[in-house]
Amino acid sequence: MNSFSRSNWGVSTLAIFISLFLLVFLVVPVGKVIFVAFQDPQTGALTLINFIDFFNTSLFQESFLNSIYVSSMSVLLASIIAIPLSYFTTRFNFGGAVLIQTLGIVPLIMPPFVGAVAMLLLFGENGSVNLLLDEWFGFTIPFMEGLNGVILVESIHYFPFILINLSAALLNIDRAMEESAQNLGASGTRLFRRIVFPLAMPGYVAGASLVFLKVFDDLGTPLLLNINNMLAPQAYLRITSIGISDPMGYVISVILVTFSLFSLWVSFLALKGKDYSTVQKGGGGLMKRDLRTWEKIGCYAVIILILLMVLSPHVGLAMLSFGTVWSYSVLPDAFTLAHYENMFRMAGQYISNTLLYAGLAATIDVILGTAIAYVVWRTGIRGRKWLDFIAMGAVAVPGVVIGIGYLRTFVEYNVPIVDKPLASWWVIIVIALAIRRLPYALRACTAALQQVSVMLEEAAENLGATKSRTVRRVVVPLMTGGILAGFVTSFATASVELSATIMLVNVESDAPLAYGIYEFMQSAAGRGPGAALGIVAVLIVGLATYISHRVIERTEMQRTGTGAVIAEQTPVAIGTTTGAAPL
Amino acid sequence: MRKFNTCLAMAGAVFAVAAIIAPMQSIAADKLVIVTSYPPDTTVTVGKAFTKATGIKVEMLKKKTTAGIKYLQSTAKNNTSDMFWASAPDAFEVLKGDGLLQKYKVKVKGIPEKVGAFPINDPDGYYKGFAASGYGFMWNTRYLKAKKLPVPNSWADLTKAVYNNHVGMSAPSRSGTTHLTVETLLQGMGWEKGWELMKGIAGNFKTVTERSFGVPDGVNSGQFGIGIVIDFFGLSSQASGFPVDFLYPKVTTLVPANIAIVKNAPNPKAAAAFIEYLLSPAGQEVLLDPKIRRLPVNPATYAKAPKGFPNPFKDKSIGSAVKFDLQLSKSRYNVINSLFDVMITYRLGDLRAATKAIQVAEAKQKGNAAAMKLIAEARALIAKLPIKEAKASEKDFNKIFKKKRKKASVKVTGRQAEFEQAWDTEVKANYAKAKALAEKAASM
Repeated sequence: MNSFSRSNWGVSTLAIFISLFLLVFLVVPVGKVIFVAFQDPQTGALTLINFIDFFNTSLFQESFLNSIYVSSMSVLLASIIAIPLSYFTTRFNFGGAVLIQTLGIVPLIMPPFVGAVAMLLLFGENGSVNLLLDEWFGFTIPFMEGLNGVILVESIHYFPFILINLSAALLNIDRAMEESAQNLGASGTRLFRRIVFPLAMPGYVAGASLVFLKVFDDLGTPLLLNINNMLAPQAYLRITSIGISDPMGYVISVILVTFSLFSLWVSFLALKGKDYSTVQKGGGGLMKRDLRTWEKIGCYAVIILILLMVLSPHVGLAMLSFGTVWSYSVLPDAFTLAHYENMFRMAGQYISNTLLYAGLAATIDVILGTAIAYVVWRTGIRGRKWLDFIAMGAVAVPGVVIGIGYLRTFVEYNVPIVDKPLASWWVIIVIALAIRRLPYALRACTAALQQVSVMLEEAAENLGATKSRTVRRVVVPLMTGGILAGFVTSFATASVELSATIMLVNVESDAPLAYGIYEFMQSAAGRGPGAALGIVAVLIVGLATYISHRVIERTEMQRTGTGAVIAEQTPVAIGTTTGAAPL
Repeated sequence: MRKFNTCLAMAGAVFAVAAIIAPMQSIAADKLVIVTSYPPDTTVTVGKAFTKATGIKVEMLKKKTTAGIKYLQSTAKNNTSDMFWASAPDAFEVLKGDGLLQKYKVKVKGIPEKVGAFPINDPDGYYKGFAASGYGFMWNTRYLKAKKLPVPNSWADLTKAVYNNHVGMSAPSRSGTTHLTVETLLQGMGWEKGWELMKGIAGNFKTVTERSFGVPDGVNSGQFGIGIVIDFFGLSSQASGFPVDFLYPKVTTLVPANIAIVKNAPNPKAAAAFIEYLLSPAGQEVLLDPKIRRLPVNPATYAKAPKGFPNPFKDKSIGSAVKFDLQLSKSRYNVINSLFDVMITYRLGDLRAATKAIQVAEAKQKGNAAAMKLIAEARALIAKLPIKEAKASEKDFNKIFKKKRKKASVKVTGRQAEFEQAWDTEVKANYAKAKALAEKAASM
């Protein structure tokens, strides 16, 4: 670090620039939302009256309880799906493991609200399953009745968070622990209950708290299922039907942020515990054993049943996109390709917008992510940890809150050349996406940077390279894998985002894919093309996910450390290694 | 090194694309910008036909009617929209009242003065009707057949016990057309009777959908059997091949769907061209497209309509029973939204439970006068309203429900949340009492 003073101003400028960006597009809008929540709508004075109104209104009490109920039940149902799957993959030697690993993450590559439409047709009161049940056995099951529907759709969508975290934690358990327990006479369920599960607990809690957070914040699914009395939809409905100055929307936003921070904190605590358990390096997870034939059959049956269930949104959507008329019947009346033709004729713009927005947002993310990682880990600038902290904090800000905050903050700021309020200019959508997905990219970039030895940089500098040249020619090239993984993750998740964009899209020609699907689903003739567009979204995200997996696998192979995979934000995100980074 | 270059190239490519598209998007600001509540099926079809005919590019800003009003109000200072295009005339009345619309005189000939009992154009010349819409209900024929339900004929039919849990509707606060439906019922039947009927039907609701399209969507896919909708939802679903049908009940109104030029529109000439096109024979014919299916306002266009298409200029029974009073509707717009939500949308569970209890008791205790008396009491409790009709139109009272504060000095007593809270408490207690009475009647 001998050339520190010379390069210092460059790095400082960078740090200041990043801080400004985060300040303007994250801290100020969210701060504004919080401020308005505490402001008297008539006089503008600070007050708690809005919160008192909130907790006195039975509708809001109910929404609050419903949101907590739905989130908790989704965690429960997601656990019921994920625990057996992750246990089977880590415990037994059998082919089904590959099936689980590949198909298990498929639910994530579809916006949950799109899945909701398909689920209604399959599991709704007069959906395929219930029509069959009624015909054969004379009863129906209210899968999608009211809050059940939200719980079912959300847990099917988000259970991979638990699956991935829990599998990682199980793989990380010290085999010696299990052996000692067995030597002391524990076996079967007792072994699982007393030894295996507690040791895997941190991974489970991390996944579960993520599911809780995601479900708590999700807007699209309850909206499409016509569930109004939950917090995120109430915030959205208040702002869009009563207006941007209604204080209740802001109060709800504050509550959403508080709960998100809380569940993030829980997951953080859990992950800290996980480091602790891997310090004593014993070795690679539980003892694996082969299955007896009848056990194998049982396992396969469970897995196939679960996978059928979790893949049903995709199956339903595919049928909807190929079906002609699907009304009060088990299957569509006939099949056709016309919806795809229609969709490509009308929706080309949605697709190109999505590629543009998500591409730009992901580019911004990796540039910011690399820069922040560098400032935090390679410089001594004061307050650098805060930069990391604030950027990561974006995870805790629900899309609805970002949307409301941007509307409130930027509606009066006119962009010079375009002559439009910033809040209704398409660039704001890109910025919202970039802020929302920054934590994913930052995580990947940080991990990548930690893998690059400082000695390499010092060597380069000793040989006369300037700081910027070192970064350009040594650091960034060595980080490529991580940066690329970060790019793809941000890209994939940004391309199906709805909750922030639904509030910010102003002109139809600026609308991205997720919004397009939502819009298509608003007319009788648009359901088929909407489903076809949904399939396109699934394909785009699926492809991106596949690429990121390949990239991660390749970089993973070059590494020496065998760390655990933490999927702090999203499973595809993070092939980061904890703890055992070289150096 | 090569990897790094690829990465750079990728980033470069993204930026290059952005650089090309960005200016294109900024040129988009010079297109005709229309704020509309219509789905892409309508906007894209009409927009393409218009562009083909005139060469003028159109940009559609899709908003729910209520959100569209809010949008135009909040961007008025810095207006970038040329036109507002939506169904509900009362929405246009709100905008007109706020001075946000511009007068325009139509040149096209052949459009009559009235459709049903309603003048097609705004008498003051601010907005023009381009299509007529009536309100009624649609039903899924497969659903009714499977559940062995009769086809309903009137609003009152929908309150019958057979339809319990089979009806769907949206909320007026969420959808401008639903607002008109409710207002039509209130004006056609009177304030008390109208709400009583509305709540009677609501007791049979399966769901209150968040979007107005949620209703035809639910009927089309068979989630519920009957939906209260604006006519073109039913007609276009039918035209798309769904096994559904639509009926105008007697108490309904035909109301024009409208278009207007926004005050200080950036492209007033293009906006005028759009109105002229929409009202021309070619533009009117586009409305018959199977994806749109709206009633044209030019009587001559019906010659080209498919068989069985309703023609209000011939069939005088459609929409002549209620003379819709726009001023009355405007005077209580937000209060109606709020009342409906408090009494029905957010208390649907309680309302349904009470209704079900009454229906059970009624079926069981036919002819038992004492029980019937209790049931009548229960019904009265359900129908009870937290405010009187006059209060709903009171100016000062309505101000509370308008969140837009013109000046900090404008004082408003009471907050919306406060009133809704009080109403909710009362409504909830009434429904609970009604349920208890009905259960008592049933056990007599």
